[in-house]
Amino acid sequence: MTDTPSLLVGTRKGAWVFSAGASRTSWTSEGPAFLGHIAQHLVLDPRDRRTLLLAAATGHLGPTVFRSEDLGRTWKEATLPPAFPTGDRLERAVRRVFWLSPGHESEPGVWYAGCTPQALFRSDDGGDTWSSVRGFNDHPMYETWCEWQEEQTPDGSMLHSVIVDPRDPRHLYLGLSSGGVFESTDAGADWAPLNAGCEIVFAPVPEPEYGHDPHCVRAHPQLPDRLYQQNHCGIYRMERGDGRWVRIGDNMPRDVGDVGFPIELHPRDPDTAWVFPMDGTDVWPRTSPDGRPAVFVTRDGGTSWTRQSGGLPERAWYTVKRQAMTTDDGDPIGVYFGTTSGELWASIDEGEQWRCIAQHLPEIYSVEFAEPA
Amino acid sequence: MNVRIPTPLRSYTAQQAVVTADGDTVDAVLADLDARYPGIRFRMIDEQNRIRPHMKVFLNDEAVRDLATAVAPTDDLTIVQALSGG
Repeated sequence: MTDTPSLLVGTRKGAWVFSAGASRTSWTSEGPAFLGHIAQHLVLDPRDRRTLLLAAATGHLGPTVFRSEDLGRTWKEATLPPAFPTGDRLERAVRRVFWLSPGHESEPGVWYAGCTPQALFRSDDGGDTWSSVRGFNDHPMYETWCEWQEEQTPDGSMLHSVIVDPRDPRHLYLGLSSGGVFESTDAGADWAPLNAGCEIVFAPVPEPEYGHDPHCVRAHPQLPDRLYQQNHCGIYRMERGDGRWVRIGDNMPRDVGDVGFPIELHPRDPDTAWVFPMDGTDVWPRTSPDGRPAVFVTRDGGTSWTRQSGGLPERAWYTVKRQAMTTDDGDPIGVYFGTTSGELWASIDEGEQWRCIAQHLPEIYSVEFAEPA
Repeated sequence: MNVRIPTPLRSYTAQQAVVTADGDTVDAVLADLDARYPGIRFRMIDEQNRIRPHMKVFLNDEAVRDLATAVAPTDDLTIVQALSGG
């Protein structure tokens, strides 16, 4: 990996890095790294802009984290990957390291990892050794919030969307794919559900305290009290002071709906967000509605949405996973997504026009923008 | 004793197919293996000391189900990985 702005792409069969320089028009790729490994999430440390962490496994070996302190030239496995304590009261074992989030700017070396089964781990040494965040993993409500041992999804439920408030390293949010959104104000020692206003449309009690399925949760970096989530049951926004989610997906076109996995924010404009809707009817095909891929953007905090499909194929049958969409910080903003069919798409005009910059990759699990130093 | 290493784990053993490790139980041999090749044990044994799915450990020609199984220096330990899936 060079020191130019890049896209870090995790796939079912390894990791790639795509770079284009300031023009963002001529893309070159490096990879695969870790060919054959499930490269779930590849993230650059935004504090030193040199350290890369990769959440990885294979179909057969246990889950782990690989680290590079030189932009991917050399890698070392974490000395103590995320793992429950031996003798854990629930006999839990990590099956997958699913999500990586760097800690607060004031805490260099701190990282969080979300795993399957749903659990949170923390590193204080740049990802080399990890320990269980017991305030969550051993919370008296854990088995209730996490539907422990009742996991329904094929690969197991996962903890994702670990968010650190840029104003306060002790203020954290996370998403449980079987549980909902949770918040901690004491660095993870205690947690509380944050799901008021968020409906489970098919449940006997449509607005329970927990049990939801957020697919992706984001807080705006410039306005951290504004949260967005793409939920299993729609697109929501919360002004944290109000403490209640509002379904902004109701403003999407009816024939498209507001089901999807990723939601990405404009890094400078808290009113702008992008989603990639999918077909959530019938048996949930998880492809674009009517097989017509499109990104939708809101410029007014979700009051209205505009279709952005310029350059995208008229018909295609893929999904964009929750970690597989990202934005850069250019002017105008670049927006990127990777598909389950192994295509990487880029827009350098905030979604107006799209261009396929790679195809024939393995199934894409994650796409992250990185600015190495 | 000799320990046979499957290809997915040979990145830990500098690509050696057969290495040596010592101990009087399977668990002790795997602990010694991990001391010599850090990280290798966790990829095949989870944190609750369960052999991971798709992994098997053979002591000579018998599949090991209990990591406390006693071993002798002349025994062979073979780690086998079922490369299923796509």
